[in-house]
Amino acid sequence: MHMADALISPAVGGALWMVTAGLIAYCARKVKQTMNDRLVPMMGVLGAFIFAAQMINFSIPGTGSSGHLGGGLILTILLGPHAAFLVIASVLTMQAFFFADGGLLALGCNIFNLGFFPAFIAYPFIYRAITRDEHGILRAWLAAIVAAVVGLQLGAFSVVLETKASGISELPFSTFVLLMLPIHLAIGIIEGLATAAVVLFVAHARPEAMFAAQIEANKSVTLAPVLIGLMVAALITGGAVSWFASTHPDGLEWSIAKVTGKEEVSGSEGDLHAKLAHLQEKTAFLPDYSFKVLESDAATETIPATTKRWPVVSAGTSLAGIVGGLMTLGLAGLIGFALKAR
Amino acid sequence: MGLGQWIEIGHMDELGRMESPVHRLDARSKALTTLVFIVVVMSFPRYEVSALMPLFLYPFAILSLGRIPPACIVRKILVAAPLALVIGMFNPYFDRQPVAAVCGYVISGGWLSFASIIIRFTLTVGAALALVACTGMDRLGAGLERLGLPRVFAVQLLFLYRYLFVIAAEGSRMTRSLELRSAGLQSLRLRVYGSLVGHLLLRSMDRADRVYRAMVARGFDGEIRVMRRTHFRWTDWMFMIGWTGFFIVARLWNLAELVGRWLTGGVS
Repeated sequence: MHMADALISPAVGGALWMVTAGLIAYCARKVKQTMNDRLVPMMGVLGAFIFAAQMINFSIPGTGSSGHLGGGLILTILLGPHAAFLVIASVLTMQAFFFADGGLLALGCNIFNLGFFPAFIAYPFIYRAITRDEHGILRAWLAAIVAAVVGLQLGAFSVVLETKASGISELPFSTFVLLMLPIHLAIGIIEGLATAAVVLFVAHARPEAMFAAQIEANKSVTLAPVLIGLMVAALITGGAVSWFASTHPDGLEWSIAKVTGKEEVSGSEGDLHAKLAHLQEKTAFLPDYSFKVLESDAATETIPATTKRWPVVSAGTSLAGIVGGLMTLGLAGLIGFALKAR
Repeated sequence: MGLGQWIEIGHMDELGRMESPVHRLDARSKALTTLVFIVVVMSFPRYEVSALMPLFLYPFAILSLGRIPPACIVRKILVAAPLALVIGMFNPYFDRQPVAAVCGYVISGGWLSFASIIIRFTLTVGAALALVACTGMDRLGAGLERLGLPRVFAVQLLFLYRYLFVIAAEGSRMTRSLELRSAGLQSLRLRVYGSLVGHLLLRSMDRADRVYRAMVARGFDGEIRVMRRTHFRWTDWMFMIGWTGFFIVARLWNLAELVGRWLTGGVS
């Protein structure tokens, strides 16, 4: 469920970047405060372990397919929420850098969806509530599966919200939810099975490994910073998204228009004005959510306005767009080639 | 994640250690410029296709100036593409409003926005991969740290990168020996899986412990000092300001359409 850059608007991506940056700074401070030097190499190596463990598949009982470990929950069990969040964030960053698995703009979203929910919700409030620090067989299976499912469901739901807020995909909200949640229910169960199998083995083979790693984990997570984090996330996301997305097509365009002073120069004549008017005319075509609602409210008498909303592109303009697009693409390629020849 | 992907990481690592004008630039200027690029690409209205074309200049220029073989980047883009395609494929289905007509064919908004998603995907992924291929993880991590990334997290990135290959080799040795002992086994039962991955986990933890002791023996006091001095030179400023200027121009005016108008003799 790594989100790609191509489906995210800068407003949503930027907002989640801020939230994630705040969480990373908070976790980094917490990890520093534990004064446990041992954690430094342990975090790095366990991040690498997650990568390696993802190469190994197991067969899912009762089906023909196979699955592997995702890693968020097991890292939290081994390292505790704060250190685990940093490790998950680093694993996702590495995946974005090397496999193009989730983009850079979407990195904030991905870290939040796949890191925050397992580390700060599923682990403290579900996993620990069920296991109560005993590693009984049944309890461990149950806790891992329920925690993994809840963590992934929350993450998948937040993927839907972020994609919807970006407004690039046309997928209706309910369809998207119905698509994402069942898939991630299955993925969550697989994740829970894999996590429980590994945790039970380690707890059996070397109990002190679980115990030693839980030094940080045992300082239980207090609810306050988590709730504050969620509230800030909601506020920033809601604020940024509604501010940008409702009245303006998008944030950057709005700010560029502000910088170039579109409103101010509209009276002056000349080339620049024509171009800016062209820009304005183009932006007016944009399906703007709140705009749409307003129009449908007053739909009865403004039929011309609704038809005008859709770009009535003449064949000539489309042709110019296609020819120009192909030409500039070719030109970019040629320049690239020329630079190489040097 | 198969073995092929590990070879790919190794390949990216090699590319990152090459020498070229782009490699010599400071990691910070490249990272910031790439981020601006991605934000600009994603800020275009959803039906935009032609105006995105001039932006291909950035990844193309980086790849060729950095002497990165394009085939390796293209392969990675193709491998990652299905994710964006699956979500994007729904656009033509749900958005059937006609928005343009070309040579008698009516194009619906959904197809246009789908094309736009694919182009954006290629641009953003290509630029991100080009950044890593022209910088290398070590320099990138150090650069991000100087941009204000918390030290603990920067060190985590560098550590993770350092042990990626080591632990992966351990994992693939274990799976290989398992395969040798179990002829024709398709995939593991959960119990076996638990003990195999559990063992890998224990070995990784042991290694972390040995690394820790080695670090302490060499004077580690809980503080990692990243010893890489890079200078922000005038070429970095030029790179950043020049490209950002180009992105803004390409964002404000549809350069492709201007070229097209000029070539088709100003139709419309």
